[in-house]
Amino acid sequence: MSAPRRERRKADPALSDPERLYVITGDTDGERAALDLVTMVVSQAEPSPTVQPEQAAILRLCRAPLSVAEISAYLSLPFSVVTSLLTELLATELIESRAPIVRAALPDRSLLEAVMHGLQKL
Amino acid sequence: MDFRSSDTITGPRSEDVLPTTATAAVKVVIVGGFGVGKTTMVGSVSEIRPLTTEETMTQAGVGVDDNVGVESKTATTVAMDFGRISLSEELILYLFGTPGQERFWFLWNGLFEGALGAVVLIDTRRLQVSFDVIGRLEERGVPFVVAVNTFPDAPHHPVEALRNALDLPDEVPIIDCDARLRASSRDVLLTLMRYLHSLAVPLT
Repeated sequence: MSAPRRERRKADPALSDPERLYVITGDTDGERAALDLVTMVVSQAEPSPTVQPEQAAILRLCRAPLSVAEISAYLSLPFSVVTSLLTELLATELIESRAPIVRAALPDRSLLEAVMHGLQKL
Repeated sequence: MDFRSSDTITGPRSEDVLPTTATAAVKVVIVGGFGVGKTTMVGSVSEIRPLTTEETMTQAGVGVDDNVGVESKTATTVAMDFGRISLSEELILYLFGTPGQERFWFLWNGLFEGALGAVVLIDTRRLQVSFDVIGRLEERGVPFVVAVNTFPDAPHHPVEALRNALDLPDEVPIIDCDARLRASSRDVLLTLMRYLHSLAVPLT
């Protein structure tokens, strides 16, 4: 193939450091909860009349577990807006969140096997 | 910001509601150039109709750009399609199709850092588009496999020629796929999981 050839790059330790992301994205208000796109959210209460409409909608949506990404999609609200709404709901214990399983320095074989098992059933 | 009355919010269809046991989520990112078939792949394996999450670029620019009074001019909405696969009653896999440009990756905290790995979807008619994406994943230490979406009129290159052009180490899998087909897209994900498994060091 005579097409141009790519040159391999070396892993940059600074780039694979998750903490660096917080520096880059600013986290300027310093109060937003660390929510991932796939943090699972479940309501702990029904919306009361004092809850603002967006948050009431979240409480209704999350009667069954739902990811932050899905909440953003169903409410047609940007991810950052949803995370700030969720931060308030977490602070008042109206919702519960479950952090995702992230890639560790050493991959977890039993997790990968569970994923493969699930995919094979598709 | 407009917000639709909560009465009109359409949540998941009843068949898409997750069981209360679904508490563990993992994610995989499908990354590639425009029109390479990311959303097609997400849609073909997802159990839900692909959804879209969006973010505005001004969020990332706050405190950096001097854009007081001209916010509306600098606001760019970036959308990302995603799908979902229930792997078991507890474990859910989310698939995100994301543009190749790194400046978009920062809009969603930890998009790549928390992912199990990535699929780089390529079109052999526009191979150069994927050079930058692959380079950035290497820099970030995100494990990935390369899936060649086989468009009917795309030139077919032997795997070794592709490996050479993409300058990929021998261990990184390169596979053909048809992103429109569920079985084919599932096999790409299985290839990624087997590769990640091979990187794992056995417990002693």
